[in-house]
Amino acid sequence: MSDKRAKDRLDGPRDPDLLERITDRNPSRLGVGRAGSRPRTDTLLEFRADHGIARDAVLTNVDEGFIEETGLVKIGTLIEDTEEYLARPDRGREISAETAEYLREHCEEGPEVQLVVADGLSSSAVEANVPDLLPILLDGLADRDLRVGTPVFVEYGRVDVMDAIGEELDADCCVILIGERPGLASAESLSAYLVYGPERGGPTAKKSVISNIHQGGLPPVEAGAQLVDLIAEMCERERSGIDLREDDREFVTD
Amino acid sequence: MATISRREGEFDSLRALLAKANERKTGDELAGIAADSDAERVAAKKALSRVTLRELRENPVVPYQEDEVTRVIQDAVREPIYERIKEWSVAELREFLVDSSTTDREIRAIREGLTSEMIAAVAKLMSNMDLALVSSRMTITARCNTTIGEPGTLSFRLQPNDPADDVENVLDSTREGLSYGTGDAVIGINPVVDSAENTAAILEATHGFIEEWAVPTQNCCLSHVTTQMEAIREGAPADMVFQSLAGTEAGNEEFGIDVSLLDEADELARRRCSSSGPNVWYFETGQGAELSGDAHEGVDQLTLESRCYGLAKRYDPFLLNTVVGFIGPEYLYDGRQVIRAGLEDVFMGKLHGIPMGIDACYTNHMEADQNDIETLAITLAAAGSNYFITVPMGDDVMLNYQSNSYHDAATLRELFGREPIEPFGEWLREMGITENGRLTERAGDPTVFA
Ligand code: B12
Repeated sequence: MSDKRAKDRLDGPRDPDLLERITDRNPSRLGVGRAGSRPRTDTLLEFRADHGIARDAVLTNVDEGFIEETGLVKIGTLIEDTEEYLARPDRGREISAETAEYLREHCEEGPEVQLVVADGLSSSAVEANVPDLLPILLDGLADRDLRVGTPVFVEYGRVDVMDAIGEELDADCCVILIGERPGLASAESLSAYLVYGPERGGPTAKKSVISNIHQGGLPPVEAGAQLVDLIAEMCERERSGIDLREDDREFVTD
Repeated sequence: MATISRREGEFDSLRALLAKANERKTGDELAGIAADSDAERVAAKKALSRVTLRELRENPVVPYQEDEVTRVIQDAVREPIYERIKEWSVAELREFLVDSSTTDREIRAIREGLTSEMIAAVAKLMSNMDLALVSSRMTITARCNTTIGEPGTLSFRLQPNDPADDVENVLDSTREGLSYGTGDAVIGINPVVDSAENTAAILEATHGFIEEWAVPTQNCCLSHVTTQMEAIREGAPADMVFQSLAGTEAGNEEFGIDVSLLDEADELARRRCSSSGPNVWYFETGQGAELSGDAHEGVDQLTLESRCYGLAKRYDPFLLNTVVGFIGPEYLYDGRQVIRAGLEDVFMGKLHGIPMGIDACYTNHMEADQNDIETLAITLAAAGSNYFITVPMGDDVMLNYQSNSYHDAATLRELFGREPIEPFGEWLREMGITENGRLTERAGDPTVFA
């Protein structure tokens, strides 16, 4: 993404100072001006350039060194390459029998919380946020006396691979930190999906999500703190997703 | 039903035949139900063209006993109308629809006899231009605070999303959008944090702005329906309620909803929404959503999409748009598949009597670019889509995808000589943003609302 947005392309705004304030704080492409009803040429070309960058971000892998440094146990799904990853979400949700075996050999079984990191649709999201987020998560969960299993990295993972991993390791609760599809403004947006009682084929509605984790959205450090609270609540109430809310609904009187 | 045996080939069931008769879509291939070749695809279309509406009614793609979406669709059929058309073949239905002498009123006269499967079937036989022609012939209006879909109008949702739900940013983006003349369909925000508190904060901010500047439009916050219900019960000003829909009961379960929950939300919305109504729902749909949750029941994505509209109809929505390239290449591979699906969806929605719009969009992991969705927007403006989605420069920095831009709203109106909804158009003129249907010097400047 270009550092300087085309914010001074709007000629003669009614309030230039205000426009400056707006465009400084707003991540959207505001104050770009126009040529007739169309965008200015530079704005248009900048947009196309950003599209090119975003497309490239889909096709990269998380650096091996990163996985080692972070001390994650690395596994894969049934997917072989990027092309297959994009075409076959079903295979990105499953692990092989050998991988399941490997997991049980290398990871603690029956943890209260199983953490999983996955590239998903953006490897840069993982590299940009996990180094800040993971330590906070681990410390915070330890403070709450929650028994955290061995964190896992899964290559070519979809969100629901958390169900397979959580089920195989018999975790009470499973959390996956996964790269969202890259946007134009940021290819670094990470999500945390959470489920209590992971099981293959469980409904999505039983999951919770905290999305848009990146410096321009929810900063990873803050996300870590929020996640600790949410995980603790899930473990205590033994539920996740829509069920966390359903409970409240019973108390609401009209 | 027994094997459908026709000269052109054999198909195991009507469900299989419907799937194979689709134009090529990666989602149907992923589900393992697509035609193996173009020859088989056309053979399926031929066989389907001879199937009668009665056969389609009697063989819903998911059994009546097993699926509440099927029950909603089947129970809504007006029997005397159905009796009148049930022996038509799908080919006859197509020829009735495309006939130059067929009027909107004549289409309305058969509408209540159709099921979503019949509508899906005819869409499969239609070319892109067929779809555009028939869509453009149908006028479907609905009223929330203002009336959408009147002939000669073209409307837009202003979608000022922010990755941190920063209300000031949302309002600044709203100001920018309004200064391009977008926002007459709705000012609708997708919140990052799905809580009643946050939903209420966004609704209050947009409602406050709308009141302060006397903007003739409506607001909506697109959190989960249960979250909105909680916010509304606590007094938040929502002009409409929103929910994503799927075309099977299992798909809706994935989304955390069912018909009884929607009925409850409907009842609440009618009593507690801040708008004058009577249409107080906003729905979004999109081909591929069911399969992404493994809830497609062996049915193709076009037929499932049609069933979403059958379900939506129960609630007389003000807005429904397909979010046509939203999920990814595993369902719609490229610009060509997105354009086809967009045309199908708007056609099917309008034939159901839904005031359809479209989010003409794509993600960065698809083989598509902005040109593809500009083409789609031009096509669908010609085809009579009631409204489109607009975001700043086409870039949604929270949902991470691209759609039409605030600029596109002004351009599409210019291109087709269309007007915003009245009184929104009047308001734009009073604000000095448009004059004689064109943007003025003041337009495109968010600081005019300071
Ligand atoms: C694509 C998408 C969808 C697609 C999912 C299909 C798919 N294959 O991805 C569709 C259109 C079906 C969808 C639906 C909904 N979504 Co959605 N979605 C997204 C989006 C734009 C990108 C997700 C992504 O990049 N995934 C990464 C890849 C690797 O994941 P995947 O394994 O391929 O796909 C899975 C996830 O996308 C997941 N998922 C997608 N949305 C949601 C929402 C919830 C609550 C959960 C638990 C899971 C989930 O389901 C997919 C299948 O397993 C995000 C925004 C963002 N910036 O992340 C919103 C987002 C996650 N969705 C959101 C919402 C609210 C919904 C709905 C509940 C809307 C509604 N009112 O019904 C529905 C229902 C979801 C459900 N329970 O099944 C919110 C969540 C807010 C929150 N904190 O709870 C987000 C953050 C957008 C927003 N701010 O409005 N969504």
